[in-house]
Amino acid sequence: MTELPKMKIAEARDALRKGDVTAIELTEACLKAIDGAGPLNAFVHHTPEIATEQARAADARVKAGDAPALCGIPLGIKDLFCTKGVPSQAASRILQGFRPEYESTVTSQLFDAGAVMLGKLNMDEFAMGSSNETSTYGDVVNPWRAGNDETKLTPGGSSGGSAAAVAADLCLGATGTDTGGSIRQPAAFTGITGIKPTYGRCSRWGIVAFASSLDQAGPMAKDVRDAAILLQAMCGHDPKDSTSADLPVPDFESMLTGDIKGKVIGIPREYRMDGMPDEIEALWSEGRKMLQDAGAELRDISLPHTKYALPAYYVIAPAEASSNLARYDGVRYGHRATLSQGDGITEMYEKTRAEGFGDEVKRRVMIGTYVLSAGFYDAYYNRARKVRTLIKRDFETVFAEGIDAILTPATPSSAFALGQEQADPVQMYLNDVFTVTVNLAGLPGIAVPAGLDRKGLPLGLQLIGRPWEEGDLLNTAYALERAAGFVDKPAKWW
Amino acid sequence: MLDLTFETPKPKVIAGAKHDWELVIGMEVHAQVASKAKLFSGASTQFGAEPNSNVSFVDSAMPGMLPVINEFCIEQAVRTGLGLKAKINLVSAFDRKNYFYPDLPQGYQISQLYHPLVGEGEIVVDMEPGIARVVRIERIHVEQDAGKSIHDMDPNMSFVDLNRTGVALMEIVSRPDIRGPEEAAAYVAKMRQILRYLGTCDGNMQNGNLRADVNVSVCRPGQYEKYQETQDFSHLGTRCEIKNMNSMRFIQQAIEYEARRQIALLEAGENVVQETRLYDPDKGETRSMRSKEEAHDYRYFPDPDLLPLEIEQAWVDDIAANLPELPDEKKARFVKAFGLSEYDASVLTAELGSAAWFERAVAEGGDGKLVANWVINELFGRLKKDDRSIEDSPVSPAQLGAIVRLIKSDAISGKIAKDLFEIVYTEGGDPEAIVEERGMKQVTDTGAIESAVDEIVAANPDQVEKAKQNPKLAGWFVGQVMKATGGKANPKAVNEIVTAKLGL
Repeated sequence: MTELPKMKIAEARDALRKGDVTAIELTEACLKAIDGAGPLNAFVHHTPEIATEQARAADARVKAGDAPALCGIPLGIKDLFCTKGVPSQAASRILQGFRPEYESTVTSQLFDAGAVMLGKLNMDEFAMGSSNETSTYGDVVNPWRAGNDETKLTPGGSSGGSAAAVAADLCLGATGTDTGGSIRQPAAFTGITGIKPTYGRCSRWGIVAFASSLDQAGPMAKDVRDAAILLQAMCGHDPKDSTSADLPVPDFESMLTGDIKGKVIGIPREYRMDGMPDEIEALWSEGRKMLQDAGAELRDISLPHTKYALPAYYVIAPAEASSNLARYDGVRYGHRATLSQGDGITEMYEKTRAEGFGDEVKRRVMIGTYVLSAGFYDAYYNRARKVRTLIKRDFETVFAEGIDAILTPATPSSAFALGQEQADPVQMYLNDVFTVTVNLAGLPGIAVPAGLDRKGLPLGLQLIGRPWEEGDLLNTAYALERAAGFVDKPAKWW
Repeated sequence: MLDLTFETPKPKVIAGAKHDWELVIGMEVHAQVASKAKLFSGASTQFGAEPNSNVSFVDSAMPGMLPVINEFCIEQAVRTGLGLKAKINLVSAFDRKNYFYPDLPQGYQISQLYHPLVGEGEIVVDMEPGIARVVRIERIHVEQDAGKSIHDMDPNMSFVDLNRTGVALMEIVSRPDIRGPEEAAAYVAKMRQILRYLGTCDGNMQNGNLRADVNVSVCRPGQYEKYQETQDFSHLGTRCEIKNMNSMRFIQQAIEYEARRQIALLEAGENVVQETRLYDPDKGETRSMRSKEEAHDYRYFPDPDLLPLEIEQAWVDDIAANLPELPDEKKARFVKAFGLSEYDASVLTAELGSAAWFERAVAEGGDGKLVANWVINELFGRLKKDDRSIEDSPVSPAQLGAIVRLIKSDAISGKIAKDLFEIVYTEGGDPEAIVEERGMKQVTDTGAIESAVDEIVAANPDQVEKAKQNPKLAGWFVGQVMKATGGKANPKAVNEIVTAKLGL
């Protein structure tokens, strides 16, 4: 049997049911691993009492023979999810001390399925960032290192805590959210699997909003099967979210046959960027070969508006964020600045928000406010919306032409050093170049680890699927995973 | 269609120091949708509840909370649109209007700027019988109300009550077709009447459930007609918006004041500054709230939490098919079916309750015109004296119908009928039985009347002589006969017999 916290969900599920392990044992092993992983700074709120209670209940259910899908599986929850009675502050100072009186739909579905919550995971503040350096809790450190080089690397962002925790085997799986690549980029940087489902698949109710038309929750897991199992429990229609789709959810795990014979995989020429490292190019090329060897047909395709995606994204996402974050005003909850004699409501807003938000959040709130302001709305926001429509149409066209999935690199590089790209926000935004199109088009996208670079750091490939066909996408990813045979783990240094 | 014909009223003209001016007024009426739950949350809308007790996680804008459209509120807005003969847009969308204020927890109001639910309609504003102004409705959109900030409870702090936060409002926007303070008040009154008929807003202005923003400008005579021809606003003067009016009297006063203020400015060679103003009813004047330069940039954009609102024509048709008879139709029907004057029909149809009461009484009493007279002159007066509404009337439509039947059959005289009405009003009972029991029946037996006339003629020879000179004095004899018969004699018969006996 695999060492406890290193277990995959499917394996643990079977072991629990066979009685080879108890949920309490599994949970305690994870809690111990978390306690020993302080330097990673992945978990920011530990909930051992809740975990122990949920694990006991899970063991009772296993014993009674009515164990649901995730019974006794210990998970980490991204701090963006509101969890009842547990600090939920989107890694922001402005939500200091906020404990919601409600449970997000996604986490309550996970707990209904028997999952155990180990604690809350670090992230970029309000999910704004690609390196996990904007968190009020401090940076998350990637468990991977470049060989013997002790330089601290980023786990990516914004779901950096989730990625680090899964990669370092602190938990069996974790929740993430993805607005422009926040599941897929950190998954690629840490050698794990992460899927962003179709927009509307997972309820957004109870998840702190960043950019409502782009935000989607998704699982971060040790392999494709685990991702399928977690996604199954996380998604489904929720009448409390008007953008949640009222569509049946197929059994994703049962669709993992690995058979992709006859599938048509599109290779978009616009994703071959100038100055792309040859290692990324080589990985992409290997991925193509693996899928071809597995029986898929490759086809060169064009997604002509790709180059406009990143600028459009960095108009739309901040615009929505500037409005979504207006509620953090110090009036009802979270941080409120100490006021001076004679200060009025304006000073309260200004001081509270100046103290409560970090630089990246402020930058995006200002960009968003600017692009929505009178006189600039058409030039920025409206134009970005039009670009978004064109990008969506690009994908619709190739899918209509028979493409089943699209293969691209997940990121333009492997994990970089913490602090390396902080000075230049635009350079940082380029991390999302392969992933934002998927959010703009509302499509499902998955990052699968496919190899190591010269420095020994993991690299991922991205597969983009047709809307609502996560099952098919997961199966293609499963075939890729099997062909890639990626089994590397970070050497424990923490 | 039983439309009544009417003429357009003359616009109000104000004489300035130098020349005449006309008024141009447009209105934005905010009507609270009569709904038990809020527009995007399940919280209650009950008025007067403990502060901050009708507040859901959505209303208080807790992190991660999402709005879900209350279909009932949409249905009410569609009903309202249909009641105003307006176009219903099958696809509409919600936008966010962003601004900071403590009684606006989200930091934005969810409204409909770009694609409102209801498009163009119209409303006939009655001024007096035969005279009415047709005011065009530009649009109706659905939006959330804000909460309430309370600044006068503590010298150092302000308080916020979120009970009203998120309550559904319909903003009904008119074109600038209203031409005077009286028309503006009549517009609000007519709007209120239609909303109450439809049941989509209770029209309670005191509670703020119906309030109006009034846009006022002045122009020289002839300019408005140029605007009408071209729809070019440059023919009109610069407007000021008077915010948040919840009394028809104050609306009139504020417009009157504001028009004179603008005229004084213009005649002094100054400009009217486009701005938002508030009316101070104590001082009777408007004062500047914020200028155009200080106006908020609301950064409207489509609310990404809500998909476009798509409704089906069949659903709209269904609502249309179940629309009640509206005030104009009812009034026209009362005029044509019962032979009422337009004035009487207006009075009776002012409130749905009195119109229904009237129709039930007609069903009992038969003569619509006579019933209308009794309802308007006797019943309304009596109820007003007791400060009662028609719903609390001690006299039922059946009872009034019976009284009218007794009058019509000459069983009682009009004078006796008034006594009978008072008895029924104060003591209750079956009017016919009361007439029997208390001997109130009118004497129509001409023999009895004749002998009464004979007696009086015989006893008053001087009066007889005078009456022969001056036939008007016959009335004196009629009065004496009525007195002698305790008012029960049929006055028509007495009149005829007196005239005959006196040989007039």
